Amino acid sequence: MRKLDVKEVTAAVRQLCIDANVYLGDDVVKRLKQSLEREESPTGREVLKKILENVDIAKEDQAPLCQDTGYAVFFVELGQDVHFTGGDFSEALNEGVRQGYKDGYLRKSVVSDPIERKNTGDNTPAIVSIDLVPGDRVKIIMAPKGGGSENMSEVKMMAPAAGVEGVKDFVIDKVRRSGANPCPPVVVGVGIGGTFDKCAQIAKKALLREIGSRHPNPFYADLEAELLEKVNKLGIGPQGFGGRTTALAVHVEVHPCHIASFPVAVNMQCHVSRHKEIIL
Amino acid sequence: MSEPKRITTPLTDETVKDLRIGDSVLITGTIYTARDSAHKRLVEALDRGERLPVDFNGQIIYYAGPAPAKPGRPIGSIGPTTSYRMDPYAPKLIANGLKGMIGKGNRNEEVIAAQKKYTAVYFGAIGGAAALGAQSVKKAEIVAYEDLGPEAIRKLEVEDFPAVVVNDAHGGDLYKEGMATYQRS
Repeated sequence: MRKLDVKEVTAAVRQLCIDANVYLGDDVVKRLKQSLEREESPTGREVLKKILENVDIAKEDQAPLCQDTGYAVFFVELGQDVHFTGGDFSEALNEGVRQGYKDGYLRKSVVSDPIERKNTGDNTPAIVSIDLVPGDRVKIIMAPKGGGSENMSEVKMMAPAAGVEGVKDFVIDKVRRSGANPCPPVVVGVGIGGTFDKCAQIAKKALLREIGSRHPNPFYADLEAELLEKVNKLGIGPQGFGGRTTALAVHVEVHPCHIASFPVAVNMQCHVSRHKEIIL
Repeated sequence: MSEPKRITTPLTDETVKDLRIGDSVLITGTIYTARDSAHKRLVEALDRGERLPVDFNGQIIYYAGPAPAKPGRPIGSIGPTTSYRMDPYAPKLIANGLKGMIGKGNRNEEVIAAQKKYTAVYFGAIGGAAALGAQSVKKAEIVAYEDLGPEAIRKLEVEDFPAVVVNDAHGGDLYKEGMATYQRS
C-alpha cells in the first residue's frame, strides 16, 4: 500500500489545467502543418496559418489557446494499491481545478443548474471518470472540453442490422450537419458498442488518442482511414469557409454490446484538441 | 484570399451593401460582446418596451465571452462562439438597428432574411485562435450585465480585427458556396 497525500493531487491538477489550455500537443501541430501543405483553398490555408500562429502566441503569452477553456473533464487510472491521505480525493481534484482556472486566467464556463444557469465562478465541479487498475500509481488525464464542438456531438441507438455502413452514414452525416459550428478542422471521436452511456464515453476517450495513431484492429484502422477520407471530401474546410481539411483525424473505439443493441456515438472536438496527463 | 477591406464602426448601409461573401475585412472601432444570456436579457428588455443598456444602432455585436485579462492586458484570449444560439434573438436586434454580427457557424433563415431586409452583415472570425484574437483588442470595459461574468456585455476598441464575410446583405452564404466549391464525390 502506497500512501499519497491529496495535496499532491491538487497541485498536479492545477498545473494540468493550465498546461492543457496553453500548450497544444505536438501531434496536433504536426497534423495542422501537414494539412496546410495539402490544403487547396486559399482561405483555408490562411485560416490554418492563423491557427498555427495562435499556437505560438499562446505559448509565448502563457495565454489560453481558446477563450473557451472548457468543462474540466478528467480520466483517472487509479492503482488499487494507492491509499489517499490528508483529505477527500474528489475535493482535492476540484480544488486543483479551482486554483488552475484562477491562477491561469482561464474562463469559468460552468453553470450550477442547467435551467437556472448561474455561473459557479470557479469552473467546478469537474467531470471525473475513475478506472481502478493494478499497481500503486495514479494517472490523471485532463481534457478541457469546449462547448461549441461538444454541442455538435450525438449518440444514436441504431439497429444491429445497420452494420458498418450505418456507422459510416451516421458519422459523415453528423460532420456534414455540424458544418462550421464545431470549429473545423475537427477531430472526430467515434464510439461503437457498449451501452448508451458507455459508447459516449469511449467516443470521448477516442479524442485522447495521439493523432496519427491507428486502431490496433486492422478492420477499425481501415474504417478510421476511410471515414477521414470521406469526411475530407465534404468540402467544409477550415472554419467552414470551404476546403479540403475538414478533419485532422477520425478515431474509433469499440466495446462489446448487448445482442439487441448497436449504440454509436460521435464526439466532436475542435482543432484545439487539448489534453495533458501526469502520473503520480 | 482577396486583399482585405478596411471598415470602421459604426457601419453605414452603404458600407454593409458593399460587402460580399468571402471578402476579408479588417474592422477598426468600437464593437460590443454579447452572447447567450446577454441576448436573452436584451430581447426581454425590448419586449417590455424598455431602452437597451447599449445603443446598438449601426453597431457590431461580437458573439464572444473572453478569458480573464492578465494584469496589464486589456483582455484575455478572445474568439467567436457558435452563432446559432443567438438566432432566436438576432432578428429583433437587427430590426432595432444592429448592422453587424461576428461569430462562427450557420445562421437560420430568419436571421439571413432580417439581414436582407434591414441591411446587416454576418462575419466569421476564426474560432479557437483566441490568443491571436486578443491582439487586435486595444481596450475593453464591461458596460452592462456585469453579473453574467464572461457573458457580460463588453465594449471593445479593436484595431484591424480580421474577419470574413459569411452572410452578406444580399442573401449570400459563404458556408454553402465554400462547401460546394470544394466538395468531391
